[in-house]
This record gives sequence, structure tokens and C-alpha cells, in this order.
Amino acid sequence: MAVEATNGPNTGALDPAELKDLEWSLRQPRSLFSFAMSVLTGAATIGALLPLFSVLYLLVQKGIAALHFASFTDLPPAAMVEGGGFGNAIVGTFVIVSIATFIAVPFGIFAAIYITEFGPDTQTANAVRFAAKVLTGLPSILAGVFAFAVVVVASGGFSAPAAGVALALLMVPTILLTAEEAIKRVPTRMREAAVGMGATPTQMVARVVLPTALPGILTGIMLAIARAAGETAPLLFTALFSDFWMSRTNPHFLPKTMGDLMKPTASLAVMIYNFSGSPFDNQIAMAWSAALALVVIVLLTNIAGQALAKRTSNIR
Amino acid sequence: MTPLESRTNGVAHHHANGDDTLLDCTIEELHYGKFKAVRDIALKIKKGTITAFIGPSGCGKSTALRCLNRMNDLVKGFHFRGHVIFRGQDIYKPGVDPVAVRRHIGMVFQQPNPFAMSIYRNVAFGLRLNRYKGAVADKVEQALRGAALWDEVKDKLHSSGLALSGGQQQRLCIARAIATEPAVLLMDEPCSALDPVATHRIEELMKELKKKYTIAIVTHNLQQAKRVADMTAFLYVDTTQGGRTGYQVEYGPTDALFENPQEKHTKDYLSGEFS
Repeated sequence: MAVEATNGPNTGALDPAELKDLEWSLRQPRSLFSFAMSVLTGAATIGALLPLFSVLYLLVQKGIAALHFASFTDLPPAAMVEGGGFGNAIVGTFVIVSIATFIAVPFGIFAAIYITEFGPDTQTANAVRFAAKVLTGLPSILAGVFAFAVVVVASGGFSAPAAGVALALLMVPTILLTAEEAIKRVPTRMREAAVGMGATPTQMVARVVLPTALPGILTGIMLAIARAAGETAPLLFTALFSDFWMSRTNPHFLPKTMGDLMKPTASLAVMIYNFSGSPFDNQIAMAWSAALALVVIVLLTNIAGQALAKRTSNIR
Repeated sequence: MTPLESRTNGVAHHHANGDDTLLDCTIEELHYGKFKAVRDIALKIKKGTITAFIGPSGCGKSTALRCLNRMNDLVKGFHFRGHVIFRGQDIYKPGVDPVAVRRHIGMVFQQPNPFAMSIYRNVAFGLRLNRYKGAVADKVEQALRGAALWDEVKDKLHSSGLALSGGQQQRLCIARAIATEPAVLLMDEPCSALDPVATHRIEELMKELKKKYTIAIVTHNLQQAKRVADMTAFLYVDTTQGGRTGYQVEYGPTDALFENPQEKHTKDYLSGEFS
């Protein structure tokens, strides 16, 4: 058959004499096009990464100068005073983001469970999904204004919990939507298996769906935390800033530093904002260091989250 | 073509007493929303036997099987008229908890579906659901031995169940199902995703399992039904009333049904002459 085909006219088969055409050559239009597109995608990737790395480079270069071990334990410096640090801002950021996480994670995950497992096609689920998508685009300053009106005014002052509420507002949609996706990716046949074993819906969710979806859910939480840790605008309305430890009596770390939650609270983001506009060199330098510290903290959180997700996806 | 009346070897009783019937199943009508999926199925499943459901695609074999432990309750718009008497109790009676039913009537699915956890935890899953107080490890070993998987996995009980081969995964699912010692094991085309060697092992296993468990199996493999089943139900599709409704054509001992089918549809299907 094959032999006849090559000899016969108009068979469309390749003539063995044309075998040289099989050699890859840029003179072929399709090869040229393919090559050009490969170059283009590579160039675009580099183009996208370039600003990112230049920011990091700048940050390290400028931030490392004023960074000492004392930077992590000392209070913010006054104008034209040597030394100082952002110890209280790290503690403040940690406290505020923790409060926000404790609020946002249960809401986000339980809502995700509801809209995937218990009422996937209900009006409520559609409304929640729509609201979450809209809220992901919520300008963060509005979250701050909202928390100001609801918590700061009601509780009578700027505080870490007020900032926690503002950040939680920004975290819930991210956690909800990523958790929804992760839960949806749990194969139906695993759900069926659980139900077939005589699991109640709650047991099915708690013992099969959530553990299987955990890596995805954790990734979502980490993304939300990373975003929240860098937010500045909401904190200006809620936590404001403090030049002191949370408990004003104790200049040292843990646990007394966690004392006064209901007072204005320092945070890295607001410190960077305040000091970067300062006319004093030492404060500007401290702002760079704080920025570097913030980026490193966010990076470490992300790496920890990835590692955690990887560990939980490997089965014990 | 006129729809044939369902034909059973026995008369449908509403209560199974005296004989060793474990499941007495009558499906008058089964709807998914407006779609009538199955009608007129009546069969009794005896303790310690294997009952096979055979028939062309879309004849409602799986649907009928899933009625037996109320798996269909999960499907939206599911409506059932009939009864399934299990140990003298209609599992469709109002007030019956389908979750409790499924703990007595276990299920093995078409696709092996181990959970994303270790082999050990997969098998222990049902025991933990039931808050089993005894020695879980012993039960796990017993179940894995029962599913003829112990020797292959005893050294890696704590590695992922998903890392096993397809046939091993399916035996793991069987082990998981029998760990809680249900009375009945429903198997929905358990070998359709497996190669012939794995299929053979599962079939041997089924013959072993029926000493302790009552088994109902859906299969599209006629030879498999012939090899393992004591009783066989042949289901067919009725297209005359609009839509495709499955119904029971014939039910009887496997040998008799294959050697000497009473109905034309059965005869045609078994000899490969079906539309």
C-alpha cells in the first residue's frame, strides 16, 4: 500500500526525495513564526520579572544599610537620633494580621463549604459568590473607613482589633473564593465513597473534603495574609500608629508586649508610610529597613504556607 | 413493541419472613425530576449470594443498585415509589436515616475511589465513623486480608492509598467497605476500570466474600455475571413511552437465565442481537 501511494500521482504522500524538507530550518515560515513566538514569550516573561527584581534589589540595597539586630527589638527612632528600630511595628503587624486571620478564616472556609456542599445552586450561594467577587475589588481604604465607622467609633478609639476587622474584610473574599475552588476540585467519587460508607454530610466534609482540599485552602489563606500584611490605608483609619510597645510599661518582647490591644497600634506598613515622608535621613533609612523586613516576612509566610501545603498533601 | 411485563420467579412479598431473603426490592417507579428512569423491578436477594444486574447501557442497572442503599437520595429530583425491605424494615419508610442504612449496606464504585489518605486510614475510615472502640489495627488487617490485599500492602500501610495500582485501589475500596462488616455489599461495575488480571482477582475475591457477605453487582460484562453470580436480573430499556425507562425483563438463577432465557429481549441480548 505505502509503496503504491508514493509512486502514484496526487496521493498527497511525501516523496522520499523531499526528505530534506524534514530538516528544521528558519526558512520555513511556520518554523520562523514558531521561533519568533517563543522568543516573544520569553521576552515578555523577562519584561514582567524585571520590575519585580529591580524593586527587590533596591529594597535590599537601601534597606540593608540601617538594618541591625537592634532594628527588630527597638522602638522607632526620633528625628536625627541614631539607632532605633521597628520592634513594636513587627509585633503590631503580627497581632493585627493574626486577629484578621482569626476572623477571616472561619468565615471564609465555612462560607465556602456552604456554597459548595450544602447549597451550591441556591440564590444565597450565588449572592455570596457574587458579593465575594465584588469584594475582592474593594478599595482597601473603604475597608478602613468601614471599620472606622463600625469599630473605632463604637469602641471609642483606634485599636488593633479595629484594624483586624478592616483587614479581615479584605481577606474573607480571597479565602472564600480559593477555598471554594479547592473544595470543588475534590473528586466527586471521594464524596460518594464517604457517603457510601455511611458518613453524614458533616463527617464527609470534615473527614474527606476538607483534608483533601487543605493544600488549596492553605494557599488561599497565605495569599490573603500576604496581602493583608502589606495594607496601609485601612490601618491609617483603624490602628493608626504608636511609637511604643503595645503595653507601654514593658520595653521587651513577649508576652507583656501584647498588653494593650485597645490602643493605637504600630504596624510595619504604617511605619513605612510615616517615615518615608519624613524629612530626616535616619527615619527614611528606617523606612527602607522596615520595608525590607515586611517583604521578607511576607515571603517567609508564603514559603511556610507552601511547605505546609505540600506536607499536608503528602499523606501521613 | 409493547412493554413486557416484568417477570420474576417469585411473587413480590412485602415482608421477608421465613425464608433467607435479606433484601426484598420492589421499584414501582423511579423518577429523576420528570424523567422516569426505572420502573417495575421486583427481586429478592438471598443471604450469602451474588446477584448480578445486567443489561444494555442506560437500562438503569446502576440506578437500581443505588436504590438499595439510598445513594440516589443525593441526586436532585430523585423520587422513588416502591419499597426495599432489609431485615423486615423498609429502608424507604419515612423516618429511616439513609446514613444508618448505608452503614449496613456498603458500596464499591466503578472507579476505584480511595481517599487521599494512607492505606491504613482508608480502611479505618468506617470504623472511625462508627466510633469503633476495639482494636482498630486488628480490624484493618482483617479487612485487608479479607480483600486479598494484606500481603501486598502490609509493609506500607502508612503510605498513600492513591499510590496503589488500579486493581489494588479497588481491593482497598473493598477492604474499606468490609471493615465495618456490612450485611450487604453493592458493587457498581467494580471491574470496568481494571485490566483482566485485576478483574480476575476481584472475581475470585467476590466468590470468597459471599461466604460472609451478600453481594449485588452491576456489570456490563456478561461473562462476569455468568462466572460469579448466583442470580441474575436482566434489565432492558423501554423507549415506547417517551424517554428511556429501564425495567426488569427477567430475573432468575444465572444458569437458567443464560441457558434458557424466557423472554425474547433476554435471548436477543445474550446472543448479541440487540439494538
